[in-house]
Formats: sequence, structure tokens, C-alpha cells
Amino acid sequence: MANSTTLDKKRLALLEKLSQAMGVSGEEGEIRNIILEEIRPLGVDFKIDALGNLLVLKKGTGKIRHKVMLAAHMDEIGFMIAADDGEGLFRFEINGGIDVRQLPGKAVIVGKDHIPGVIGARPIHLTSSSERKDKIPLNSLRIDVGPGSNKIKRGDRATFATHFQRVGPSIIGKALDDRLGVAVLIELLKQPYPDIDLQVAFTVQEETGLRGARVAAFSFKPDLAFVVDSTPAYDLPSWDDEENISYNCHLGAGPAIYISDGATLSDPRLIRLLVNTAEKEGFSYQFRQPGGGGTDAGSIHKQGSGIPSVSISIPGRYAHTAVGMARISDFNDTIFLLKATLQSIPPDFLAQERK
Amino acid sequence: MSDILPFLKELISAPGLSGNETPISTIIQNEWQQLVDEVSVSRLGSLHGLRHGCLAAPRPSILVATHMDAIGLMITGIQSGFLRFTDIGGVDPRVLPGQQVWVYASGPKADKQSPIPGWIVQPPAALLPEEFENKVVPIENLYIDIGLTPERVQQFVQVGDIVSFAQCPIELVGETLSGHSLDNRAAVAALTICLQELQFIRHAWDIWAVATVQEEEGLVGAYTSTFQIRPTLAIVIDTTWAKGPGSEEWNTFPLAKGPTLMWGPNFHPKLHKGLKDMAEKMEISHAVEITGRHSGTDAFATQVIAEGIPTMAIGIPIRYMHTPVEIVAIKDIQRTGRLLAGFIASLTIDFMNTIVLDS
Repeated sequence: MANSTTLDKKRLALLEKLSQAMGVSGEEGEIRNIILEEIRPLGVDFKIDALGNLLVLKKGTGKIRHKVMLAAHMDEIGFMIAADDGEGLFRFEINGGIDVRQLPGKAVIVGKDHIPGVIGARPIHLTSSSERKDKIPLNSLRIDVGPGSNKIKRGDRATFATHFQRVGPSIIGKALDDRLGVAVLIELLKQPYPDIDLQVAFTVQEETGLRGARVAAFSFKPDLAFVVDSTPAYDLPSWDDEENISYNCHLGAGPAIYISDGATLSDPRLIRLLVNTAEKEGFSYQFRQPGGGGTDAGSIHKQGSGIPSVSISIPGRYAHTAVGMARISDFNDTIFLLKATLQSIPPDFLAQERK
Repeated sequence: MSDILPFLKELISAPGLSGNETPISTIIQNEWQQLVDEVSVSRLGSLHGLRHGCLAAPRPSILVATHMDAIGLMITGIQSGFLRFTDIGGVDPRVLPGQQVWVYASGPKADKQSPIPGWIVQPPAALLPEEFENKVVPIENLYIDIGLTPERVQQFVQVGDIVSFAQCPIELVGETLSGHSLDNRAAVAALTICLQELQFIRHAWDIWAVATVQEEEGLVGAYTSTFQIRPTLAIVIDTTWAKGPGSEEWNTFPLAKGPTLMWGPNFHPKLHKGLKDMAEKMEISHAVEITGRHSGTDAFATQVIAEGIPTMAIGIPIRYMHTPVEIVAIKDIQRTGRLLAGFIASLTIDFMNTIVLDS
């Protein structure tokens, strides 16, 4: 067995690759290809569905086996080229929920060739102090790739050009929401689960309304589902040093188990299963503060005649900006907790009372 | 002409905030010492390179000033492991959220030789004063997150530590380069090209190549170095505003269409004409930049040193000035360097007689 440092290095190298790839909603192919490269040697069955979801099946050997779905979304928030203004300047639209205040002054990459560009801003010298109190609206921002001929077309996707980095206990990169989840699922696929049929969905278009997960769940018709995402932690201090009571979860405190969010009330049996496993094995975990937001579980649990679902998140800071931040320990602990949980689902699990 | 791009990329990968110019000064000195006869550093840190002219001493001299300091940030406090900061030299807070920076940490456990990476972040709305909901979050309410636990942060970072932008240089199409601190490292590169050209051209006058300190905080290096050197003439190279998205005003200039020759009370009219005539003779495309009062450059200082120094300034247009993604056209840097070399080589012993201000 590899020691934890080598394992860490391999996992982080994969995460780096996933983070720096571009997979804006509706064009997740680059991410899908990285995943395929990782799972092909595992000898699992897979297919790519009509929307681009990558559906992987790893069958167990036991007599009675629950069908257990795992989902993480491949897509990320980003941009789409909307118009060519000439001179290397392009208007663009936002895909997914990005605060327009996160855009000026950023380096980006455009299209399948990752052509570098920047989003500039008027020089401070030409602005008034009152102007600097107002957001720069999207319609006055441009992606600038430099004057001259280039290969960019309307409709091309673009995203932030962020170098993935490790600093002490943390990792920093773009699209950690939800490449962290994707990397967790790839790791989990390498483990044996004799007593379940594991159905792994790498989904598309989560950021545009949980759309890939909806059809993936229909295809799989699982008995129960776990969704792995990265929730914004909001664990910063308050400006006036008052207690921060609006956090979601804390970096470094372990995987965040959802009880309820804006889209799903988690199945209590699945919450109990995760908590009991963590307690028994001595793994760290935390509850995500009930509140808004949502994951692919929002569409999975309502699919067909209903699918008991729960979400679990690797806490992340600054989601939907150029720089996401997460803790390596939370990433690893999520893999440990889910692996142990999936390996301990009893055959009579669904017969349990919901309570 | 040698390829200036690698040197320029090195220049804009280095820090050197106003008042802390040593890192950039070292890089420039390494390059210039092969191109000049003497190198020295002023009391305040400006770099002086002297290249002797071929006339018998005492020779007239021309000072070419390019400021080497850059805008940036400085730590003002630590709150629960997050760093508070202010700006040095004029930064629009709207370009800050999501930027990577280098923190030059000086705390007890910090490795003073290597900076630590940090990221400027905008806190969620619930943790900010209500008035900033959906508005620009002012610099006082942004944080730098360095990804370490609060205990470790206390050991590394101290109030007063400086912070530079970390945006790597990006080569864009059309032989343009994007990055931070092109204001004014683009001008340092142009002056370097001028010195390279002059290796092969006879010039009568002494040339003082000066990389000034603290331009962004009051033209401090320009005042003091010009006084120390007392040149016969001074030419300042700085960046100027290129036309770009949202910046189409009359006082902006097209990118990649040549440098600007400044005109206004800050500049000697006959020196302006001398440079303009030379640009036309050398067929170097250029524009005239009108600056009615303070030119916003080191020229405002050099002009009024001692008994007064005839001064001129050349502007290199850059887009998105004072953001971490400024853009310059390499061609404009080359044009500026060539023009300057041509002009300096044309200076004769009696040049000053030709620019006397009579009626």
C-alpha cells in the first residue's frame, strides 16, 4: 500500500489536472476525457449519455445488492464569447452564478485551445472616486486577447486562468466546485464494494440547474444516492468581529453532511449511516448549516418515484470566483468516510424506518 | 536589435514597490552594467548608470529617467488569520477580488528570502456592512487569505509587510504582453534598448540612465537623482493610457501605433520639436500627447531641479493601467528605444544653443 504522502501527491496531481482543465456547463468534454483516462484501466463499464453525463457501473458480487448512485458534477461556471468587437476584444456572457465584481483584472483562457486573454478595467487615473464605488457592469467588460488574428469564435467557452497550487494544508485553484467531487469519485471507483452495485455519475450542467443529474438518475434508477459537491464555507470573520453565525461549515473540520439545503431534505437514514460510520471509524465530519444552495441531489431525489438521497461536501472558500480554496485533509477525509460508508451498507438498509 | 521580451518578462515578474525597489533594481543593474561605464545607487535607492560620451570632458549630459517602482499593497492588520491591507500608489479596489499576490512576510518564522502566496478575497455579503451589498467592497473590507491556520499566520506575517501582484506575464497575440507593473517596467525596457543601440553608435554627450524610486508616491527619485546628477537635459519615459474598452477619451492613444511625445508646460517646446523631428526622420510612428498641467510623470520633478532642466517626456501606451493585467505592444517599446537612441546620438556640442527660448 502506498504511503500517505505518495498517495497525496498522486491525488493532488489529478486534482491539479482537473482544476486547470476547462469544462464550462454544456462543454464538459475536456473533464470527461481526463476521467475516462483514469477509469479505463479499472475495467468498469461506462457510457456517455445524450447530455454528456459519464455513467459508470461497478457491479458487486453479493446476492442482494442495493443500487447506490454517486454523483459529482463535471461542469464549472464560466463565460461564453458573445460578440467580436474587433482588435482582439470580445463581449462575453456569464454561464452560471458569477458575481460580476469578480471579473475585472483577471486572466482567462478561451476556447478548446485555451487561448490566453485578460479582462481589463479602465485605468484608475481616468475614473472618479464615485465611479469606483459602482460595480463595472458586464456590458462594459471585454475579454482582450491582443490585437491581431486569432481563432476565437462566438459561442466559445472561457474561464479563469488560475494555476492550481498547494500551500501548507490548503489547495487553491479554480473549479474546485466540483472537481474535488470528481476526484473523490475517481478514488472511490478504485475500491471494492462487493455488496452493492455502484453507479457513478459524472454529471453535466449542474451549474445551470442540476440538469445532468436529473437524467442520470433516471437512467440508473438507483435505490439511494450520495452526491459529492463542494459547498461554500463562508467561514471568514465578520467585519466588526461579531460572531460569524452565517457560516455554512468550516475548512479543516471534515466533510460537511447535508441535513437540508435549498433543494433537498436529506434522507434521515442516509444521514445516520454517514454519521454512524464516521463515529465508528473515528473520522472527522461536520454538519453543513441548513439553509440555501443546492446540489445535484435536488434533482436526483425527485426523479422517478423518488430516490432517498444525501449530499456531502468538501468545504470550499470563494466558490464561483477565480480562486477556490479547500483543505487537503477535508478532501482525503471525504474519500475515507464515503469509502467506509459504501462498504457498510447493509442489504436490509431500505427496510429501516426513516424515523 | 536584441529580443527584449525575456528581459521585460523578468522585469514584470519582480516586485519592487515604491520604497522597496531593491529587488527590481538588482535585476536592472545586472542588465545595465554591461551597457554603461559606471553604475551607482543614490541615497534613496535610484539606480544611476553613466555611459560616457566621446567628447572631451567636461561633456554635457542627458538624463533619461524611467521609474522602476510599482504599485502594490501593504498589510495593515491580521483578523482571525486573514490579512487586512491598504494600497501603495493607487489601486482601484474593483480589480482586487480573486487576485493572487505575493506577501513579503517578515514575521519571526518567515523565510525572508521567499515571499508567500496569498489570494485577495471578497467576504460573503453576510459578513460585510449592509451598505456594500451588491456594491463595490472597499479595500478596507477585503482580505488576503494565505491558506494557513490563524496560529501560523501570526508567526509569518506582520503589519507593514508589503504585497505585490503575482500575475504571471502572458504573451497575447499581436506581439503584446500582459502582466502587472508594465507601468513602468515597459519604459525601463525601452531605455535598455536605447542603451543597447548606443553600443554601436557614436554619441557626444554623457548619458545618465536612471531608474528612479518612488514615482508612484511623489516622484521622489526623480527630484533627488536629477539634483545629484545635474544633467544638461532630461527625458522621462513613462507609460500612458492606451485606448481600450471603456477608455476611448481624447487623451487615450492606440496600442501598437507608436509612443506619444508629450506637449504642455511641463515640457521644453524646442526639445519636443527636436524629438518630433527625429521621429519623423526615422519614420517612427508617434502621437502628440497634450498634458495641460502636471504630466503625472517624473518630468514634473526633473523640470524644476536646481536652476531648471529642459525636460521632455515620451509615453508608451498601455491598456488597463494600474491593474495586474496591463497590456503593452512590444513594438511600441522598441520604437521608443530606437527614437531615444537616435535623438541622443544626434546631440551635438552646441545643441543647447539651438533650443534657447527666444521670442
